Amino acid sequence: MAKTPQTQNRRWIVTAVPYLWMVIFFLVPFFIVLKISFSNSEIAQPPYSPVFDFIVDGWDEMLDKLASLTTDNYLRLIQDSIYSSSYLSSLWIAGSSTVMMLFIAYPIAYGMARAPKSWRPTLVMMVILPFWTSFLIRVYAWIAILSEEGLLNSALTWLGVIDEPIQILSTNTAVYIGILYSYLPFMVLPLYSNLEKMDDSLIEAAKDLGCTQIGAFWRVTFPLSLPGVIAGCFLVFIPAVGEFVIPDLLGGSDTIMIGKTMWEEFFNNRDWPAASGVAIALLIILMIPIMIFQTNEARQQEAGR
Amino acid sequence: MSAKALGPVRRKFAPWNDPSAVPLIKIRDVSKSFGSFTAVNNVSLDIYEREFFALLGPSGCGKTTLMRMLAGFEIPSAGSISIAGEDLAGTPPHKRPVNMMFQSYALFPHMSVEKNIAFGLEMDKLPKGEISARVDEMLKLVKLEEFAKRKPHQLSGGQRQRVALARSIAKRPKVLLLDEPLGALDKKLREETQFELLDLQMALGMTFVIVTHDQDEAMTMADRIAVMNHGQFVQISPPAELYEQPICKYVADFIGDINLLEGRVTKNERGHIVLGSEITGGRIEASGETVAGLGDKAWFAVRPEKVSIDLQPPNDPTVNTVSGTVWDIGYVGDISVYHVKLDNGGTMRASIANTRRVVERPISWEDKVFLTWAPDAGIVLTK
Repeated sequence: MAKTPQTQNRRWIVTAVPYLWMVIFFLVPFFIVLKISFSNSEIAQPPYSPVFDFIVDGWDEMLDKLASLTTDNYLRLIQDSIYSSSYLSSLWIAGSSTVMMLFIAYPIAYGMARAPKSWRPTLVMMVILPFWTSFLIRVYAWIAILSEEGLLNSALTWLGVIDEPIQILSTNTAVYIGILYSYLPFMVLPLYSNLEKMDDSLIEAAKDLGCTQIGAFWRVTFPLSLPGVIAGCFLVFIPAVGEFVIPDLLGGSDTIMIGKTMWEEFFNNRDWPAASGVAIALLIILMIPIMIFQTNEARQQEAGR
Repeated sequence: MSAKALGPVRRKFAPWNDPSAVPLIKIRDVSKSFGSFTAVNNVSLDIYEREFFALLGPSGCGKTTLMRMLAGFEIPSAGSISIAGEDLAGTPPHKRPVNMMFQSYALFPHMSVEKNIAFGLEMDKLPKGEISARVDEMLKLVKLEEFAKRKPHQLSGGQRQRVALARSIAKRPKVLLLDEPLGALDKKLREETQFELLDLQMALGMTFVIVTHDQDEAMTMADRIAVMNHGQFVQISPPAELYEQPICKYVADFIGDINLLEGRVTKNERGHIVLGSEITGGRIEASGETVAGLGDKAWFAVRPEKVSIDLQPPNDPTVNTVSGTVWDIGYVGDISVYHVKLDNGGTMRASIANTRRVVERPISWEDKVFLTWAPDAGIVLTK
């Protein structure tokens, strides 16, 4: 079929939609935040300066305002140790919970993929089902479970395991529990979709050639599931780094995570430029793993699997 | 090593007729059920060393299940399987002296060709030098030396098939199981590969057990073929015997093309059988033996290529003859198959080798024709 100018136009429209979406909902907000991150904090409305107004300002004033932009917010990120320790603590909490998650989610996904075909949709449903209730409510529910008079402590006391309630709520342990619980489906689903596609005859071939069941898993199943492992890890790690709700509700005063620090800058200190700086720096920190992930994806696709 | 050089050896190969020969594989009263479905129903079979044995049957006949029991992927519900005198009950797949070439090839996609071939050898913990020597030997055997570093997805279907083969013979198993090994190849490549497999089997001196639904494949390669249906063996014979002396209508019909003419036995003495049949408007003369008694229902089975077709009635009126009208002509290139509507009802097929280029057929649609055959052209079947 010959390409008429009309069909080419229509094609352009189709490809433009996602780009337009990205521009409106990602690029424009990004540049606004970026600009604010280079601004000065003010006790005013809006709480930063300069404010560009292309119609009111002339060229000269525009240049003056541009000159007043500052990198102070970024310098502060480096100088004030609260930020670096927030970042490190966030990366540590997100990283270690991602690793723990892998150990929990892999057996679940493996079991689901090995279950009889007729069961699988139900099992997937059971993993997704918690999403149908509000995230916030589920985190609040953990407060009821983990608090000193909560379900867990009552149950342990009743069983005689402990004499007096242990403090779980308002500790990092509670944050880990919250993250592991909340993000489990993000790890299970990519792993499941990978493992479910795996050809059983590969395992049989490995056994036929002299592998034990466990040997076949480590030599065949696991290496072939790596794309699923990587996808799951990033889907958990990236949002977990910036997590705010879980550390705020379940963590204690000593739980510092960058999401919480940013929230405090924004709402308690009303320092928009500092909060924006924190956000941009976080974005850059997360860009690195995302880019590794994407190159990995591209390589996988090139491999044609 | 060429097939020609080994030809005479192969022709003499018939250990199943030798009562003193000890079978390599002994399958005894083996059954396998999945729930209420019986996939394999009480079968016994001997397979001899260096034999090329084919399990042939339609899908769902139990041939794959039987092979998977040899490999150890399925446990027999009843009966025993032994290889080289060793009972395999309770032996897991990774400890059996057999290897399998999978229908899907089951090549490990994350490993290069040489890693795939080395896999089984590494499992056996052979020394590194020996592994690489054996891998090189295998690559040479299947003519894939240049592709050692490639991943499976970078190969063509035929090359993948060769890698799968090399991987499965690398451990030099006593028995190689091949599950529809040529099923994914196109026709031309399949025919070439059939002969390559034969050469390879002879060169290696291995016992091959192949599962296939393709009768040409089984006929070309196998020393013996077991025709399976509903989980049981219908007939186990060398290819020529299977074709010329089928024991029942099922085998006659499954292998090649056949005309089955129903009748009743009116005479059965000293190798001379006469069937009374309405189809021929009288009698069918046949030679051979049959267990049928006088008056029993029987079928005369004759292959289309053994039926002559002519526009004139035969000079000898005693010869088996039916008359009819040409209803359809199937031109296959090397032969033409004539579908003839018989005057007394039913149809018969006769095929003629096209020894000349067909420009104008001497016999055409709607022609009145006479089909004739010799008494020993067919066989009398009772079931």
